[in-house]
This record gives sequence, C-alpha cells and structure tokens, in this order.
Amino acid sequence: MADHSHDTTHEHPENPIKYYIGVFLILMVMTGLTYYVATFDLEKLAADVPVLKHVSGVLNALVALTIAVIKATSVVLIFMHVRWSSRLTQVIVVSAVFWLLIMLSFTVSDYFTRGGWPIPGLGKY
Amino acid sequence: MEQQKEAGMVGMWIFLVTEVMFFGGLFLAYTIYRSIYPEGFLQGSHLLNVKLGGTNTVVLIVSSLTMAMAVYYSQKGERKKLVAFLAMTLVLGLLFLVIKYFEYRAKIDTNLFPAAQLYNPATPQQDPVHGVPVGLRQQVQVFLWIYFLMTGLHALHMIIGAGILTTLIVMARKGRFTKNYNSPVEISGLYWHFVDIVWIFLFPLLYLTGAHVGGH
Repeated sequence: MADHSHDTTHEHPENPIKYYIGVFLILMVMTGLTYYVATFDLEKLAADVPVLKHVSGVLNALVALTIAVIKATSVVLIFMHVRWSSRLTQVIVVSAVFWLLIMLSFTVSDYFTRGGWPIPGLGKY
Repeated sequence: MEQQKEAGMVGMWIFLVTEVMFFGGLFLAYTIYRSIYPEGFLQGSHLLNVKLGGTNTVVLIVSSLTMAMAVYYSQKGERKKLVAFLAMTLVLGLLFLVIKYFEYRAKIDTNLFPAAQLYNPATPQQDPVHGVPVGLRQQVQVFLWIYFLMTGLHALHMIIGAGILTTLIVMARKGRFTKNYNSPVEISGLYWHFVDIVWIFLFPLLYLTGAHVGGH
C-alpha cells in the first residue's frame, strides 16, 4: 500500500509550485481584466456588430461570467488537484456542474416562457 | 492508507457538490431578479465599494495560493513550512473578514442594511436617497438583500474556514501530520479553494455590474 502508492496520484508532478504560481498569475490578470472590461458599455459598442448585436444586452454579464468560469476552472484543476485526481473525483466534479446547469437552465427557461412575471406592476402571470 | 485518503477526498467533494447547489440556488435568485430589475441592479451595484471588494478579491487569491503551498508542504512532510503557510492563509482570511466588516459597517451606518431608507412606505416621495431615483428604490432594496444574503453566507464560510485553519495549525505544530497522513490539510484545502471560487463569481456579479454606466 504505502510502498505502492502510485494508484491515484502517480501523475502528480514532482514540483507543482510552478503550476500554482501560473494559476495565481492567471487569477490576478483575470481579476484586472474583469474590472477593466466592466467599465465599458459593451451594449453600445456591440450594437452595430453583425453577430454580437443579438446578445449585446447581456454582453457585459456574458464576458464577466466567462472570465469567472475560466478563473474557477483553473482553481479546480490546479489548486484543487482535479487534473491529477482519480477518475471518480473528476466525475463528481463534472456532476456538480451538470446538476447546477440543470437547476439554472430549467428554472430560467420556465420563468422566461410564462409571458410575464408574477410580480406586481410587471405584467400578467 | 491510500484508499482511506481517497475516500476522504471523495467525501469532501460530495459535500462540495451540495455546497455548489446551495450557493447555486442563490445565484439562480440573483439571475431571475436581475432580469426582472435590470436598472435596480445597475443602481444597486453603484452603492457597493469596488475598491474594498477588489482588494478582498486579491486577498482571497493570494490566500488560495498560500493554501495550495501549505498542502504541498504537508505532502512533503515539511512541518515548519506547513505551519508557516497555514498561518499566512489564516491571516489573509482574517484580513478578508476585517475588510468585509468595514464594508458592512459603512452600509449599516448609511442605512443601507436592510435598505431602511431606500423604501419608506410612510414617505414614499422623499428626496432620492443615495442617488437612487424614487421609482427604483424597491428594486435596489431587492439587490441589497441579495448582496447581504450572498456575501453574508460567504463570510460565514470564511469564518468556518478560519476556525478550520486554526485547528490545522495547532495540529500541525503538534506534529500530527506526516508525509503519509495529511488528509485533513488536503480536505481543508479543497474547502478553502471552494470558498474562493464563490467569491470569484460574487465579485463581478455584485460589484462590477453597474461599472459601465458610470458611478457617482
């Protein structure tokens, strides 16, 4: 057991510090980037761009979320060792994202397809 | 031993899945209210202190790095460095909470918790408070409730994390962790990084939402 301890962590790099520093730098740069992008009104900037104009209203949120997902993914893969973890752990992590997306997408699609909000002054339910 | 460690890690991950769903429900509430009250959320985000929020983001990122280093040295069995990095992580976690305290303090002092002055049924036509137009007060109030609920739960997780770190430091100083037994450090590391990830989403969604329409 202890002498053959290479079943789950054998691919763990000998010196992971350079990965940790790399993720740290990604997180810092991305934090600066998310602030910088947030100061632009992307809705105005993208209003005349062919493809982007259809999503211009949510473009600011979309960019912010994309950056956050990249940051979160690097934390999960490197800081939380999922890149070097057992297949079982990796499946559990993917399932967390999967269930979260089910909850978000089903609820949101329900709300948005009822033709109005169940809230006073905002149209019929 | 290896199997025991794997079982512990898997158990922690399953707990984190439930945490993802827990915070996910709040992010869902955020999404729905933001789509109902877009202007209220833009206005509300102006009431938050981006400088303090940004500082806390950096503090948490650095603390995640020091936590990763602590886990690394626990794997190597280097006790002194393990204790040092755990202590650094604890200090950064406490720094986050102190900054959060001053943020909350400022909100409470200016009647933004729980948005007491924004919506007053007795005097609904009062002059704009905090620059929020009369018509948007209720919406901004909803934003502030979500802000306090989400950051408050996150802060609670930070307080628990600080308690865990204190325990780990005491245990590490006693020499409880060796190369072959460091599961508590690794498992606590997962928890700490998870709390960091929650903040990674909270910061842009709460603080930066209104940044592009100009503050006051």
